[in-house]
Amino acid sequence: MSTGRLLVVGAGQAGAQLVSSARELGWDGPISLVGGEPHAPYGRPPLSKAFLRGQAAAGSLALRSAAFYREREVDLVLGERIVLLDPPSGTAVAASGRRWRFDRLVLATGARPRRLAVEGADLDGVLVLRDLADAEALARRLGAVTDLVVVGGGFVGLEVAATAAAAGVRVTVVEAAPSLMNRVVGAETAGFVEAAHREAGIRVLTGARPVRFRGDGHGAVTAVELADGTDLAAGLVLVGVGARPRDALARAAGLRCDGGVVVDAYSLASDGRTLAIGDCADLPDPTPGSDRRLRLESVDNAVEQAKAAATTLVGDPRPYRGVPWFWSDQGALKIQIAGLALAGDEAVVRPGARPGQHIALRYRGERLVAAEFVNAPADFLVVRKALAQGAPLSREAAADTSMPLKRHLAGRPA
Amino acid sequence: MPKVFYTLPDGTERVVAAEPGDSVMRTAIRNGVTGILGQCGGELSCATCHVFVDERHAGEFPPVSEDEDDMLDVAATDREDTSRLSCRLVLAAGQEVHVTVPEAQL
Repeated sequence: MSTGRLLVVGAGQAGAQLVSSARELGWDGPISLVGGEPHAPYGRPPLSKAFLRGQAAAGSLALRSAAFYREREVDLVLGERIVLLDPPSGTAVAASGRRWRFDRLVLATGARPRRLAVEGADLDGVLVLRDLADAEALARRLGAVTDLVVVGGGFVGLEVAATAAAAGVRVTVVEAAPSLMNRVVGAETAGFVEAAHREAGIRVLTGARPVRFRGDGHGAVTAVELADGTDLAAGLVLVGVGARPRDALARAAGLRCDGGVVVDAYSLASDGRTLAIGDCADLPDPTPGSDRRLRLESVDNAVEQAKAAATTLVGDPRPYRGVPWFWSDQGALKIQIAGLALAGDEAVVRPGARPGQHIALRYRGERLVAAEFVNAPADFLVVRKALAQGAPLSREAAADTSMPLKRHLAGRPA
Repeated sequence: MPKVFYTLPDGTERVVAAEPGDSVMRTAIRNGVTGILGQCGGELSCATCHVFVDERHAGEFPPVSEDEDDMLDVAATDREDTSRLSCRLVLAAGQEVHVTVPEAQL
């Protein structure tokens, strides 16, 4: 197969998977994987956990070995930021002036952390966590503070809060919504998780909005002021309020963007030729039967969309389908979510077989659409599979703890 | 350097030089050994790094935890007495390990 030159912009989880899968499926032309960071593609999930605890060195985060790229003749180019793309002529230019010619282009540019537009947001000690450099800065400072304020009760914020609290730091989490992880879990699971974090000594303030970060007069943050007048001492602030897709390059290149690079189920952008994958893409929900569009920020999506996109590249296109899943390890809590629930989907809460477990099965009418698990990884696997196969699980069975979920779902036609 | 011998479902063997402290799962992913997915990156969340460990290594690794045990029960390929999730198999300097990769992980 003569496949031409492939350029992948963005060397994260999605980009690394894309080049792996493209080679596996027979792409035999030159491949360049270009990343702006100085590091070979690495896994980000440990940044808020093992890496922050000092239990994982930077080098251990690499997704593939140096030999992997060498053996597959992937030209891994690090520390180069692409500033201009011209898909019609197949040209890309980096800030350094270096140029690439390509026959096919894949955008895997990821997302950047959203910042808060409040006074003092640029003070020293107000940090975000997205990449390895952020994590190194956070780890360095965390060792030297007594009070950490985490703004945003989502995955990243709560993971850091748990890690810091376990290390003896006094932690307050400030969340604007009425419950934690508002976008990804229902109130029942949020409540369970909040109680566990409180138990671990973390102060959790929901429905709370920071209006100002105050400094010490020398530019270093010392306090967070909330809308209700509450004043929180803060030697360090971590802002974890979501991410915005990096789609400026695509927009400048004339590709349709709408809060992300707009792609179809084959990961093709509006020119019908460029592909976009991972956090930067606005894509059709891969859930079977769903007709909405969304962005998915997860390892699962980065990997699975990349695999599907590789089939498009080699001329054997398969649409991207699957039940999205997410996980977040927060201290002693292993949180796993399968499927995408919508506000209004009802929860059937199932007591766990062991203490510390929590399971909430989310129903739209009589149909199981998603499920949330704390410290119940085996149940998660069983239900994720059932969701993928469309196997039914009645509300009665979901609530019936006389049998494990595995048994309720066994024997049903796949 | 530790070394891992992976017997793939088609019977072929791949031998990979590993880094001490890396798991059998991570070594496979880093070096493109197919058949071990490691979707969650080693967080004991996905059960897609199932392997059968050669009996000669019984006792070389920490015992199966409750979570790992539960997850092996629902792995895509039926578990056997030698089943492990390979993210739990951390390699020591000089250690040599023989594992067999199952037919399916999903």
